[in-house]
Amino acid sequence: MSTVLVFLEAKSDEPTRLSLEALAAGVRLAAETGSQLAAAMVGAASASGFAMLGGAAQIYAISHPLLARYTADGFTAAYAQLIAKLQPDFVLFPHSYEVRDFVPRLATRLTRVLLSDVIGFEVASGQVTADKVTFTRQLFQGKLNGHYRAASPAPVLASVQAGAFRADSPSATTATVETFTPELDAATIRTQPGEPFRAAAQTVDLGSAPLIVSVGRGIKDEANIAIVKELADALGAELAASRPICDAGWLPMERQVGSSGQTVAPKMYLAVGISGAIQHLVGMKASQCVIAINKDENAPIFEIADYGIVGDLFEVVPALTAAVRKAKG
Amino acid sequence: MKIIVAIKQVPERDARIRIDSSGKWIALDDIEFRMNESDAYALEEALLLREAHGGEVIVLSAGPERVGQTIREALAKGADRGIHILSDSLASYDALGVARLMAAAIRDEAADLILTGLQSDDLGLGQTGVILAELLAIPHSSLILKIEKTDTGIRVLRELEDGWFQQIEMPTPALLTIQSGNTRLRYATLMGIKKAKTKELRSVEAASLGVDAVPSVTLDSVALPSRQKSTQMLTGSPAEAAAKLVEKLQQEVRVL
Ligand SMILES: Cc1cc2nc3c(=O)[nH]c(=O)nc-3n(C[C@H](O)[C@H](O)[C@H](O)COP(=O)(O)OP(=O)(O)OC[C@H]3O[C@@H](n4cnc5c(N)ncnc54)[C@H](O)[C@@H]3O)c2cc1C
Ligand SMILES: Nc1ncnc2c1ncn2[C@@H]1O[C@H](COP(=O)(O)O)[C@@H](O)[C@H]1O
Repeated sequence: MSTVLVFLEAKSDEPTRLSLEALAAGVRLAAETGSQLAAAMVGAASASGFAMLGGAAQIYAISHPLLARYTADGFTAAYAQLIAKLQPDFVLFPHSYEVRDFVPRLATRLTRVLLSDVIGFEVASGQVTADKVTFTRQLFQGKLNGHYRAASPAPVLASVQAGAFRADSPSATTATVETFTPELDAATIRTQPGEPFRAAAQTVDLGSAPLIVSVGRGIKDEANIAIVKELADALGAELAASRPICDAGWLPMERQVGSSGQTVAPKMYLAVGISGAIQHLVGMKASQCVIAINKDENAPIFEIADYGIVGDLFEVVPALTAAVRKAKG
Repeated sequence: MKIIVAIKQVPERDARIRIDSSGKWIALDDIEFRMNESDAYALEEALLLREAHGGEVIVLSAGPERVGQTIREALAKGADRGIHILSDSLASYDALGVARLMAAAIRDEAADLILTGLQSDDLGLGQTGVILAELLAIPHSSLILKIEKTDTGIRVLRELEDGWFQQIEMPTPALLTIQSGNTRLRYATLMGIKKAKTKELRSVEAASLGVDAVPSVTLDSVALPSRQKSTQMLTGSPAEAAAKLVEKLQQEVRVL
């Protein structure tokens, strides 16, 4: 019987949301390919937290003192050994920063290529071999989808994009947890990671703002930010931005929304001149109402917007500010 | 320090996305090309390191003839020389194949540091640099914002999720994949553009590098994404669209 192996991650011994989504993808892939599902993760304490999640019959807790802190060299060696032992047909990962960091190296060691950041898959009916599954991933920052297939024998490695699969609710079945101790040699771990730290204290809390107006690279120039600020003021909204605006220093980094910035869920999120790359979307997808103003009718932001205006922001934004002021009297 | 920077030429950000007749890629005939965004930051980091510590900056790019322009642009910004892996059919290689070509072209350079962008703006694989590190059997770190030289190697600043960071110490030779945005990019000066014309740009045919082109993943087809959500488009003149939106904000979203 073929095996789908899902690698999971935990923070403070709690499974990450992204891991639960990867597990959900694994449950579906196993069902559709008639495979058994196994899961694995580093750390025994976190593994027992996963045992309740169901789906997987077997969970491997990868355990070794040299894995106490993440390093690409340590994780690559450990995961490669577990894959060699289990011989899975499919290996799924959450597309996290750690996975981005070491899984391409792991895949290379197996002479495979990771199908990175996939948003879906389709199994040809009646077929179970690894090369009969088509994986979809985004190209051109979400403007195009690509359909990929493995051209080499198992294992097929894929990482799952945030938000692409709905995390399942815990099931009643409990998995058995087995400890897997890889053979690791301290001399092969070449990087010395420091303790993670946060940038300077935040002074704005976008997370609790009910209304947000967010500006992107469509604004073109620092001086133009003023027209979006006026709209935000008229609405009584907080001003936020996509990453390039904060990178350029046009707004402080604490106003950045996205995977490397803040996560927000306001009642209204108005995106002005923002294309809607996944790294931005993960930070604002949970907003109750998304409105987008963009000159490109095919901008990915419209895929998640409730209301859209296709047009030149330099015309639409001042018109909107005037209309809001008028409505407020 | 001898530093190699891998630079990819990609379609302009605002390029119109039209699927070509093969159904496997976009039509490129009326498209302008530019340097991949994170690669421009990788080049900037390399130039700053050379300015601080001396050495040489070599740019490396794989692709058809037109890629030469992007290499010249990097030379005009201050890189010392270029290596062009010439191929009209790079799309027939997967990320491992492209990284193998790059490894074969630079192995003899024995660079101290290899920088790549974090991710290409067209394929967005986010992998080629890390694969190259494994092929060259050197350590790597990804999502890097800052590089400092130390007595034994380098200290780098790595971006983590949600506004967290981490410092990592590592020996050289090493490979780093660079995240966009941490520095200001320089412009090429007129003098730089002039000088670039005389700098060495060596072309190597991909086929001469002895790399197995059989891919382990293939891109079968591309398609425009389908809408997940039914967006209500508000049309009309800017004033009309604005008035419609205000009405929605009052009556449906109830925030006005
Ligand atoms: C690891 C990683 C982490 C990242 N983290 C984040 C993050 O936390 N937050 C984030 O935002 N990004 C992040 N990014 C970057 C992300 O991938 C995108 O590059 C970024 O979100 C693009 O910003 P943008 O939409 O403002 O710019 P672009 O993608 O350049 O879009 C500009 C938009 O403006 C429109 N436009 C242009 N002119 C006009 C006009 N006159 N009127 C109306 N519309 C106009 C264009 O049609 C286009 O859609 C990250 C990337 C990586 C790889
Ligand atoms: N054809 C290429 N030529 C030079 N560098 C490349 C090429 N393809 C990828 N790279 C490098 O690898 C990085 C990551 O690309 P990707 O894995 O496609 O996201 C890019 O930012 C470049 O630095």
